[in-house]
Amino acid sequence: MTKEVEELERVIIRFAGDSGDGMQLTGGRFSDATAMMGNDLATLPNFPAEIRAPAGTIGGVSAFQIHFASRDILTPGDHPDVLVAMNPAALKANMDELTRGATIIVNEDAFTKRNLDKAGYDANPLEDGSLKAYRVHRIPMSTMTTRAVEEIEGASTREASRAKNLFALGVLSWLYGRPTEVTERWIERHFARDPTVAQANLAAFNAGWSFGETTELLHVQYRVKAAVDVAPGTYRSINGTTALSLGLIAASVRSGLPLILASYPITPASELLHELSKHAHIGVSTIQAEDEIAAAGMALGASFGGRLGVTSTSGPGMDLKAEMIGLAVMLELPLVVVDVQRAGPSTGMPTKTEQSDLLTALYGRHGESPLPVIAPSTAPGCFDAGFEAARIAIRYRTPVILLSDSFLSSSSEPWLIPDVASLPPIDPEFATANGDGAEFEPYSRNERLARPWAIPGTPGLAHRIGGLEKAHGSGNISYDGANHERMTELRAAKIAAIADEIPPLAVDSEPGAGLLVLGWGSTEGAIRAGVRRARESGHKVACAHLTHLNPLPANTGDVLRSFERVLLPELNSGQLAMVLRSRFLVDIESYCKIQGAPLFAAEVCDQIGERQ
Amino acid sequence: MSATLSKADFQSDQETRWCPGCGDYAVLSAVQQFMPELGIPPEKIVFITGIGCAGRFAYYMNTYGMHGIHGRAPTLATGLAAARADLSIWVITGDGDSLSIGGNHLIHALRRNIPVKILLFNNQIYGLTKGQASPTSELGKITKSTPFGVADHPFNPVALALGAEASFVARTIDRDRHHLTQVLRAAATHEGAALVEIYQNCPVFNDGAFAPLTDKDVKDANQIRLEAGHPIRFGRDYERGVVRDEDGCLTFADVADVGEEALLVHDPARSDSGLAFSLAKLAETPSAPTPIGIFRDVDRPVYHRADAEPATEEQLAGLLAAGDTWTVV
Repeated sequence: MTKEVEELERVIIRFAGDSGDGMQLTGGRFSDATAMMGNDLATLPNFPAEIRAPAGTIGGVSAFQIHFASRDILTPGDHPDVLVAMNPAALKANMDELTRGATIIVNEDAFTKRNLDKAGYDANPLEDGSLKAYRVHRIPMSTMTTRAVEEIEGASTREASRAKNLFALGVLSWLYGRPTEVTERWIERHFARDPTVAQANLAAFNAGWSFGETTELLHVQYRVKAAVDVAPGTYRSINGTTALSLGLIAASVRSGLPLILASYPITPASELLHELSKHAHIGVSTIQAEDEIAAAGMALGASFGGRLGVTSTSGPGMDLKAEMIGLAVMLELPLVVVDVQRAGPSTGMPTKTEQSDLLTALYGRHGESPLPVIAPSTAPGCFDAGFEAARIAIRYRTPVILLSDSFLSSSSEPWLIPDVASLPPIDPEFATANGDGAEFEPYSRNERLARPWAIPGTPGLAHRIGGLEKAHGSGNISYDGANHERMTELRAAKIAAIADEIPPLAVDSEPGAGLLVLGWGSTEGAIRAGVRRARESGHKVACAHLTHLNPLPANTGDVLRSFERVLLPELNSGQLAMVLRSRFLVDIESYCKIQGAPLFAAEVCDQIGERQ
Repeated sequence: MSATLSKADFQSDQETRWCPGCGDYAVLSAVQQFMPELGIPPEKIVFITGIGCAGRFAYYMNTYGMHGIHGRAPTLATGLAAARADLSIWVITGDGDSLSIGGNHLIHALRRNIPVKILLFNNQIYGLTKGQASPTSELGKITKSTPFGVADHPFNPVALALGAEASFVARTIDRDRHHLTQVLRAAATHEGAALVEIYQNCPVFNDGAFAPLTDKDVKDANQIRLEAGHPIRFGRDYERGVVRDEDGCLTFADVADVGEEALLVHDPARSDSGLAFSLAKLAETPSAPTPIGIFRDVDRPVYHRADAEPATEEQLAGLLAAGDTWTVV
């Protein structure tokens, strides 16, 4: 039959099912096919908090959202246009986020009495009229998958039941005109060791596609054209974790310093440990430490030895590392501390995102201990942030805190792969004996106020450093009050002067804009998308985004003062707003969201609307 | 640099600031004296310390040094050892630093068998904070923080290290220069982690804690010197010895009663650490016959990390472009 084809600019699809249903795989395959055909896209997985929640329950629902379009995409999307629900629990868990009129595609075979009970439904929502505000497509996915797989010799019912996600992928691939070769190639490669399983999955995928093509249930096929506003070059899809690990490795290569990551497992930062651990064969050392403190100590010990020392954690681990970071401030040695923020305080909501560690990064140590803080704002931006954090740490002999978050670490976007030669070299400038016989002064300073980095093994420069206050120049222990004040000021001045080397805060403005929407970290996509929408509805509004939180770009105060009003959305209770208000005496208006969820473009657009 | 080094090459220009009569002076002097024997240039040697009186040690050695934070010296040393296999790394710590606040790091450094020599100055008291009970203070001890006596059972550092699977464990005494140097020499040549407990007298807050082992008139009766390949005997006339009793535990006996052939022959290279543990448990506090010497010295795989060369630019380029890619023209 001939089907109607409808052109769409953008679509948000959420695949949801039991954690055993393979939703991450399904979403990932759909994303790859989407990337290959040239749409811009952003994705976000959502895993259950429990490792093995009982099958069929709300707690066991795993989801994957993809937003793709024929134009520049900024976020994984606020609310899905299409929900694929593999069982009743997946439907129930995601209903709240659907807007009226959204499309729901369900595996109707899974809506049994038993599964409905497990999901807490008294009545079958497919039958009781509760979904009448939505476009519901009931597809017997399990039955049709079994039928398709049955024909394969040697395939068991188990393989058939496990392949239904590929059937769903086939249906959605047809519905949105995704190329099939990418997925077929992947199936062949992924299941190469077991041809029967490969055939079963291929059969399920093709059956899903054919079902879409032939069934009368689906009478419209959608088209989303390739994006046109995309810079030329070679791309890959990348999440924040992988991007950050590559950024750190790139800094290692460009500085010539072998990378040592010491980390203690913690959600969600463990992903970085896993990722970097894969690269032992190219000189990346990883140590799973006995605790968070040890991880920071090992990284700092490695730095003392002339390596690029990195430690990574999430919120609670930052509290434990604080004393060691303070030592690094005193020792003035390079150290990169990655904090993948999650909802706190305490254990909080470990799998949920938040931006609530900003004040801990800036001020969460005893004594006067300033250090640079950098926050990437997109998944690919984690590459640049990792590189930049290492560059600043090495160049200024200082610990640097990199504030990522749970959302950034798991969301994916296309990344224009950089040319290695385009990455700036980083000179560690190790100290060497100059042969004039003069006493080595470990706390002398260069024009950037950075002290010499003399690594063990260097003849003639043996010296002792430590947490006790150091005399300016000689580095000897000093309890002299005037010296302590001077050293405190020097440490602060060194960090403050980094502002001279970082790019100014760029403002995306238009004539007549009186409102600036300022953000930092992972809210950038939502803010830019919200501002775009507000502009489309006639509002005059500007936006700007901070990636350097300490020191701030030199023009920050001027930018803030040049607008009548400044709106600052944050996933916390107004931490950056507090910092900027006290520093610049500007009456910043906070929009705070503390729900363990990313910021939505619609919220930003609404906030702008309220202020016009 | 001249071919041979002397003690002076290892003395820094910093004024030593421990209390007069502190056992730390004796250990510092012994270490500085012994260092030239290693034949390692000072710049290849690193001393890492924690917090406590012993923490100052790093400033007095004319080598590379880092005075860290309380209890964490083993972590700094582990990172350095992982980074640099070419260095000789020494950790100086105390009973509070390594057994209380840093207990976790000590046991993990030992089980990993990091190539680091850990000298644990045990004075059974907190000195730098002026006289509180430590995790090795004996039960009932009156200190500033325990006016009614210590109620917490003390650690036996040697037994703890053996429990952590340390590959080298020894005990020595600050006032016995010869024995101290012998033990340091053995620790230095050991391939993996070495834990050396040094009984160190604190003349201000715990004077005489080890007098039963150091006072002339009683030390022979109380020092049980462990020597590889020799029956374990002690006493003024070596009249006492260590034997296995009926249930397999170690106990003391008069040699005259049991005969020399009944005595346990010391073997620190025994792979099973059970007997070494029993030896350590012969004395719960150093107020009675107490073994000193090398309890255990075995070969075990030494902690090692990937050899340290960063990736090449070609490898990096390959890594950046790994997986599925697409090109926009």
